[in-house]
Amino acid sequence: MYPILETKEIAKNVFLQKVLAPRVAKKRKAGQFLVLRRTDDGERIPLTIVSSDAGEGSVTIIFQAVGKSTTEFARMKPGDSYLDVVGPLGLATHIEKFGTVVGIGGGIGTAPLLPIATAIKGAGNRLLSVVGARTKDLLILEDEMRAVSDEIVVTTDDGSYAKKGFVTTALQEFIDRGEKIGLCIAIGPVPMMRAVAEVTRPHGIKTMVSLNPIMVDATGMCGACRVTVGGTTKFVCVDGPEFDGHQVDFKELVMRNRAYLREEKTAMDRIEHKDGKCMDGAAVPAGGGN
Amino acid sequence: MADATPKPRPKPFSIPRQPMPEQPPQVRVGNFREVPFGLTPDLAILEATRCIQCKKPQCVPGCPVSVQIPEFIDLVAKGKFVEAARKIKETNALPAVCGRVCPQEEQCEKPCVLGKKGEPVAIGRLERFVADFERVTGNVVVPGIGAPTGKRVAVVGAGPAGLTVAGDLVQIGHDVTIFEALHKPGGVLMYGIPEFRLPKEIVQAEVEYIQKLGAKLECNAVIGKSITIDELLEEEGFDAVFVGTGAGLPYFMNIPGENLIGVYSANEYLTRANLMKAYLFPQSDTPLNKATNVAVVGGGNVAMDAARTAKRMGAEHVYLVYRRSKKEMPARVEEVHHAEEEGIEFHLLTNPITYHGDDESRVISVECQKMELGEPDASGRRRPVVIKGSEFKLAVDTVIVSIGNGANPLVPSTTPGLDTNKWGNILADQETGKTSKKGVFAGGDIVIGAATVILAMGAGRKAAAAMHEYLKTGAW
Ligand SMILES: Cc1cc2nc3c(=O)[nH]c(=O)nc-3n(C[C@H](O)[C@H](O)[C@H](O)COP(=O)(O)OP(=O)(O)OC[C@H]3O[C@@H](n4cnc5c(N)ncnc54)[C@H](O)[C@@H]3O)c2cc1C
Ligand code: SF4
Ligand code: FES
Repeated sequence: MYPILETKEIAKNVFLQKVLAPRVAKKRKAGQFLVLRRTDDGERIPLTIVSSDAGEGSVTIIFQAVGKSTTEFARMKPGDSYLDVVGPLGLATHIEKFGTVVGIGGGIGTAPLLPIATAIKGAGNRLLSVVGARTKDLLILEDEMRAVSDEIVVTTDDGSYAKKGFVTTALQEFIDRGEKIGLCIAIGPVPMMRAVAEVTRPHGIKTMVSLNPIMVDATGMCGACRVTVGGTTKFVCVDGPEFDGHQVDFKELVMRNRAYLREEKTAMDRIEHKDGKCMDGAAVPAGGGN
Repeated sequence: MADATPKPRPKPFSIPRQPMPEQPPQVRVGNFREVPFGLTPDLAILEATRCIQCKKPQCVPGCPVSVQIPEFIDLVAKGKFVEAARKIKETNALPAVCGRVCPQEEQCEKPCVLGKKGEPVAIGRLERFVADFERVTGNVVVPGIGAPTGKRVAVVGAGPAGLTVAGDLVQIGHDVTIFEALHKPGGVLMYGIPEFRLPKEIVQAEVEYIQKLGAKLECNAVIGKSITIDELLEEEGFDAVFVGTGAGLPYFMNIPGENLIGVYSANEYLTRANLMKAYLFPQSDTPLNKATNVAVVGGGNVAMDAARTAKRMGAEHVYLVYRRSKKEMPARVEEVHHAEEEGIEFHLLTNPITYHGDDESRVISVECQKMELGEPDASGRRRPVVIKGSEFKLAVDTVIVSIGNGANPLVPSTTPGLDTNKWGNILADQETGKTSKKGVFAGGDIVIGAATVILAMGAGRKAAAAMHEYLKTGAW
């Protein structure tokens, strides 16, 4: 059993939890994820590890309550336990001195971006950040991102807070003012990552994205998580989750993530969750409920 | 249940092989319960009396772990079922599993002398019967355990190979911990082979037995990720490690449309259905797409399991698409037979070339080619050759690709000094399981590629003996 130490709603329907999982806490590196299961009938839900405290043996996760499982996760209280926590999984982010790095987080995607941004900054890079959300209520981790960034631009699609517009607008402005960008990292909803990759492509700026396909085992055994990258099939859980954004077949990813929409609705109806709106919200990092 | 009364031994060859009662096909396709009911005590005794107790039994060399077959069958004939089970357990730790899933027709039953004139003794059914009898009647006893040796062993993977090593070493008195990546132990027995062929209750009972012997089990531990082999040896104080991580890397054919929604690997389909209990959705959380027409690609046991599972998940038509003929199918005869009875439609000498999808990227058809058999290939089976212009389409909404599994690279790729062959299988000595890395042994599917439960157990048994030797002497 893996007890929850702390839980907090940090934005509308977005939850932060600290969970005791000493093995995971000891080993995890920026960019890696874990898999959680709440009950014996539960599904295996992958979520990015936002931070860890090896001394305490805890890991911190942030998720949006979008499906049945994440909605049930959100209802758990300190003292409740997960039945299973597995990790750390996936490859860690490759960190080196790139010079200037642009880090872009969209919606809940800012959660997986934070540990990577922290590591990038720690390696002596200059970090320009863009943190965006559809609307003010959904914006997360602004202060935490500000603390590790040399410069930060905050955007909301509807202009309800900070700069009105998309994260790509801010990225374009960095490019237009002549920034020499060694690497761009974008994590968020698939359409956002695709848009970022299209902005950087003509400039030849290396762009990494973190993918969130449906997963089952998350150890490379089943192939549920496959995506096409540069024309070959990859298993995101072991070959990723980060890939070259200019090579990823985003259309396929979007489609594959819709595989169980009908079933997800059946499951949600069972727990009488009326707030169906959140389905079109930002993607859940590394995984989305399957 | 009391032991049934033994009968006087009849004249050799006078009794026919006893059939095992089973659920009729029309009924069983509507449930996930086990297909055969097993022999009754009377049938078991009758079957056992067919054995002529050969002086030089041909059956024993056919068994990869040399179960003392005539001896245990003799005990069955005398109605001593519990003793019979214990006799088997001297060499085979998982008789209830092996009695169900071993390909006896290729192993012990193939050389049985009775098979020369008629049908061989139903060794597998008897094995299954006595193991079930022992368990159901509460006669499983935990044997005496050797004095603690002070040596610690880590077993990676709780499949048949790992469980065998753990069982053997813990009995000698070593301190054993099993690390399993998934949330439940059992390996393929748990996530792959379906409930209707191997009830999960039996697998869990076997695992519990090994835990009762004193082995510790840590699930959710992905070796190579959560902890590395080097850390087990250097930081966590283990004196030796056994790697039994199985063949868990599904192959795809790399043909167009293979990533459409509804195209699954058999591993994914079966994991969702078995381990994650998709057949109980929405009571369980993990779904499978509702399918009407399913194509299963392949001709092995995995393909049969996938096809029969799809039928039970409610598909109207399940097509088995296999590029050679029935004779070349690697699946057990019994499983092919069961699949046919359940209405699986065989498209033999047929090979998929493209999957087509709708505008939501859901698979709607598979385009196939007809094949004919040409010259024998490296495997000795006749090579399928394409018949030009024979393309045709099957309308399907689910495809299950069951063309085999390779070696999962997680352990080799994170363990410096652990050598593999070009397919990624760990190189290990056949007799001892010794790898290129001191203190590290390996066996089962991760070494020989996807094979059988009994071969994995056999490898585990040999490795356990060699590990004990190594722990005693320290000599590599
Ligand atoms: C659907 C199906 C049907 C089959 N039917 C039959 C049959 O009828 N008869 C027969 O004899 N054989 C059958 N087989 C083959 C048989 O199941 C295997 O040969 C056998 O299970 C191999 O045993 P193993 O212990 O080597 O590996 P596995 O059973 O694969 O077990 C390996 C275990 O290691 C775990 N693991 C993997 N990586 C790690 C890691 N890094 N850290 C920790 N744990 C890890 C896995 O999760 C798994 O639990 C079938 C296989 C399948 C897939
Ligand atoms: S070969 Fe057949 S008849 Fe002879 S001992 Fe073995 S099972 Fe009995
Ligand atoms: S989730 Fe099963 S292989 Fe990636």
